[in-house]
Amino acid sequence: MLKIKNLSARVEEKEILRGLNLEVGKGEVHAIMGPNGSGKSTLASVLSGRDTFEVTDGSVTYNGEDLLDLSPEERARKGIFLAFQYPVEIPGVTNANFLKTALNEIRKSKGLAPLDAKDFLILMREKMKLVEMDKSMTQRSVNEGFSGGEKKRNEVFQMAMLEPTLSILDETDSGLDIDALRIVANGVNALRSPERSFVVITHYQRLLDYIVPDFVHVLYKGRIVKSGTKELAFELEEKGYDWIKEEVDAAKV
Amino acid sequence: MSDTKIIDDVTQSEYKYGFVSDIESDNAPKGLNEGIVRFISAKKNEPEWLLEWRLKAFRHWLTMTEPTWPNVHYPVIDFQDIIYYSAPKQKIVLNSLDEVDPEIRATFDKLGISLEEQKRLTGVAVDAVIDSVSVKTTFRGALAELGIIFCSFSEAVHDHPELIKKYLGSVVPTTDNFYAALNSAVFSDGSFCYIPKGVRCPMELSTYFRINSAGTGQFERTLIIADESAFVSYLEGCSAPMRDENQLHAAVVEIYAHKDSQVKYSTVQNWYPGDKNGKGGIYNFVTKRGICAGDNSKISWTQVETGSSITWKYPSVILKGDNSVGEFYSVAVTNNYQQADTGTKMIHLGRNTKSTIVSKGISGGHSQNSYRGLVRISPKAENARNYSQCDSLLLGDKCGAHTFPYLEVNNKSATVEHEATTSKVGEDQIFYCNQRGISNEDAVGLIVNGYCKEVFNQLPMEFAVEAQKLLAVSLEGSVG
Amino acid sequence: MNTTIGTMPEYLTRYFENNNLIGPASLKQIRKDALARFEVLGIPTTKHEEWKYTNLAPLTRSEFHPALYHTLSKDVVVNDLIAGKEVILLVFENGRLNKELSSFDNLPKGITVGELGDNFDHPAVVKNLAKHASFENEAMVALNTAHIFDGAFIHVAENVHCEKPIHLLYISGGEENTLAFPRNLMVAEKNSSAKVIESFHSRGNESSFINIVTEVVLEENANVEWSKIQLENSNTFHISHTECTQAANSNFDIHTITFGGKIVRNNLHIVLDGKNITSNLNGLYVSNGDSLVDNHTLVDHAMPNCLSNELYKGVLDGKSKGVFNGKIFVRKDAQKTNAYQSNKNILMSDEASMNAKPQLEIFADDVKCSHGATTGQLDKEALFYLRSRGIGEEAARAFLTIAFADDVLNRISNETLRDELKNRINERLNKSN
Repeated sequence: MLKIKNLSARVEEKEILRGLNLEVGKGEVHAIMGPNGSGKSTLASVLSGRDTFEVTDGSVTYNGEDLLDLSPEERARKGIFLAFQYPVEIPGVTNANFLKTALNEIRKSKGLAPLDAKDFLILMREKMKLVEMDKSMTQRSVNEGFSGGEKKRNEVFQMAMLEPTLSILDETDSGLDIDALRIVANGVNALRSPERSFVVITHYQRLLDYIVPDFVHVLYKGRIVKSGTKELAFELEEKGYDWIKEEVDAAKV
Repeated sequence: MSDTKIIDDVTQSEYKYGFVSDIESDNAPKGLNEGIVRFISAKKNEPEWLLEWRLKAFRHWLTMTEPTWPNVHYPVIDFQDIIYYSAPKQKIVLNSLDEVDPEIRATFDKLGISLEEQKRLTGVAVDAVIDSVSVKTTFRGALAELGIIFCSFSEAVHDHPELIKKYLGSVVPTTDNFYAALNSAVFSDGSFCYIPKGVRCPMELSTYFRINSAGTGQFERTLIIADESAFVSYLEGCSAPMRDENQLHAAVVEIYAHKDSQVKYSTVQNWYPGDKNGKGGIYNFVTKRGICAGDNSKISWTQVETGSSITWKYPSVILKGDNSVGEFYSVAVTNNYQQADTGTKMIHLGRNTKSTIVSKGISGGHSQNSYRGLVRISPKAENARNYSQCDSLLLGDKCGAHTFPYLEVNNKSATVEHEATTSKVGEDQIFYCNQRGISNEDAVGLIVNGYCKEVFNQLPMEFAVEAQKLLAVSLEGSVG
Repeated sequence: MNTTIGTMPEYLTRYFENNNLIGPASLKQIRKDALARFEVLGIPTTKHEEWKYTNLAPLTRSEFHPALYHTLSKDVVVNDLIAGKEVILLVFENGRLNKELSSFDNLPKGITVGELGDNFDHPAVVKNLAKHASFENEAMVALNTAHIFDGAFIHVAENVHCEKPIHLLYISGGEENTLAFPRNLMVAEKNSSAKVIESFHSRGNESSFINIVTEVVLEENANVEWSKIQLENSNTFHISHTECTQAANSNFDIHTITFGGKIVRNNLHIVLDGKNITSNLNGLYVSNGDSLVDNHTLVDHAMPNCLSNELYKGVLDGKSKGVFNGKIFVRKDAQKTNAYQSNKNILMSDEASMNAKPQLEIFADDVKCSHGATTGQLDKEALFYLRSRGIGEEAARAFLTIAFADDVLNRISNETLRDELKNRINERLNKSN
């Protein structure tokens, strides 16, 4: 489904990704862990098409199609969804209006008729339950005045509404208390299916107790330096990242 | 104790640094005409081209009228009642501090800025100017080894005429404004500084100005050139003795920054502000401007303005080179009957240019304090950014604080943000300090210093200390 | 003070004598004084600080004249009923009241709405007309005052609440180069309330020059919401001055919405002349083509414990120019003043430009005043967020721009008017995309 080959990317003069390789198959959940500054969020940004990053080498294909050539909205219409680490506030745009527009754009690209107001409302009600969201939120401006937890829940709610085939969760667990974490994870788990894949970026193993990954990768200095199953996450939780850093740095010498 | 009383006490102190020193002067007769311009030029033994340059400026000045747009009020100045040249009678070039006139030395000692101490403790090279002629330049040898030229303006005219010819008036043309034209015609002396390619000036360069002779106009001319990849930090500080008669000060400072160079210009201005009743004091009508001519260059102005009865001053930056940066950090304190109309102009011409303006105005007594600034984004200045913050603090209900920003945006990729607030020192803040054992006077000083911190942080260390002292003195006279 | 003498096109004073035949002697004298003052001041030039960015020279180059024909039909006006049909309606055709198209009969007790010229002897007119909008330093107010005759008079008596919105509808056109000097006066007595909509339209593409002055007087505890909506064509010179004087405990909301003409100048002066007053000034300008929109506001805090809140937003496309000049003045006695001002602009095209001059003049120490001004583009982060959810770039831009404008429009209480304006802005933005 997603194939990343030898991907290098930089911001201004700084090289952040340096030859990253990763394959994500249909229905798989991949966790990407790593110390701060290893390039985790850069990967999320590059996959979603943020133009502050310049891809200097490598390729990314999605269902056989070159992803790097597409605009952010084209990627979204092809089923790629990024749950932002820091969702932006958009004053004056209500959640409902925003989502309706997005949903109908995506439907249009698939040749589907737009949802009318009533069907949209029914769908929204249903999906809101998933993340235990309050009804009043739909009339509030996108993320404006939301607490950190509310913002993350809103991201998962949008994910549920847009039904992507590849979801990238960028540190969705950061800043969440245990209840919010549970709600967010439940939302994600409810969406898991043999058709949908997830890339879960996180610094802590904690989230993986709730969203159990099929594979765990360690990202360090812009490369995936170790891959394994969920046991790797436990090992990291126990021993920290230093042993991996040492392994990698020693190998270089 | 009432708030009003605190404010009154705090804002009614006498000028601490006022005194007159007796140095014999070599004055020109009062008044201004072509003859005087020729007299000044001859006195300084200037080449013909410079005399012509002065005369051109003078003839243009005759066609100009005084600006009336600043938010300041003062009696009409009689430009024929001013002495345009006075020099201390000191003709021998000195090699060491010991040779300096003891009277002058004592004057600096009173100000707490003795040359000796400066030299010994801080490693600052000082080009001390009393009235209009350089008396002494130190550290010149050390600087010369790096190819840095730091000397009086008149010396530079003789020793480096090619540089003066090339750069004089290149940033502030003689026709720029009324006072710049006047200065160009009659400037007496000032400082010249050239930092060659790739050289980082290892010490803060500094000049102290004082106005001394009664009825003397002071017309300084400063020119700073930073060649490619050069760096210099330049300090200017002033203090003046008490006078009953108003005195005119119309200096011009030009800064020329080449590619990749940086110039930091810091001022502490403490000219005599007049007495408690608004009598006397200096008229400080200054033109200061820098040009970031080359790509990636940077000019930063920092000023602490506590003195002068009237201040009219807008240190500006023309951002011509791509990616160039302009900064303006200012604290302006007005007290008693002082008036200040000060601010900056940031003219964005190049791409990715960036400017920052932080202005803190503090008004007490019956004073009026205005911020006036212009941010202009020209049509070709792609991706220009400006951020301005202009805060005013009022001490008492008889003063005024004014903000007049002009924001002209002619390119859609620009981001221009301006914020301004006006507030007072809160009674609750003072009470909180009192409750922790701090006197009213100290509390006001503390709060005001905190309010200015952002600007003080931009000053070189030893200057920051002086600035804080000055602020305390300006607000002194407190309470028991 | 800047007293630069302006220019004096002869045609502007040609109609003075005929116009000054009607009205009480005192009014005739006011007109005369105003004319004399205008002849001193002249049409301001860009050397005048208050007109630095707005060049009125085109007004001196062509001649404008009062319209000769009045031929407006009802079906034309229907499209311009932007606040719905359930309104007290005065229709002004090229500045002159068209009674057939208006409906202001059978008004509830305590409410007077009618032609100013019919009410010169009304005590509220005698007391207030030309007493608030000073023409000493305002040339264009002087010019209007010299021609006081046409216009609306609105009076709401003590304790009366006018339920129906009052709509003053101005249409110009039908012939080229029309000239009009409408003059409005509204007096809201103690404890009264009313909502007024003042809207300006063009019939076709003909050029016109409208020089309008409106005085609004709020007595104690009065509550007035005023919407000034400018929808004229791109050949219109619209020079307006709105002067509001507020007494203690009153509340004034004003929405100034401008879609752009050749030159649109909106002066808005509010004098807070009592304690515990609230003033809300909202402005929106959405312009394109080569129009120039200039908003000058002055909020004069004369007394303690008042609140003023100002929000002006601009969306500038094409070659249009925006000017915002906002002054907050806090006098010595106006302690405990809270005054806020915000001006935000978006430049949509390479050739659009914006000149902003937000000013504070503060003479009292116990105040909270602030202003902010920004000019830039749409938030890039927000754009990316929308796009990452599948919304195309153009749509995302329109989305954010409308949200930007809605912030102002949502403050209008009249739902019909609000929705109508939103529709028109939508149309405008989609057209330019």
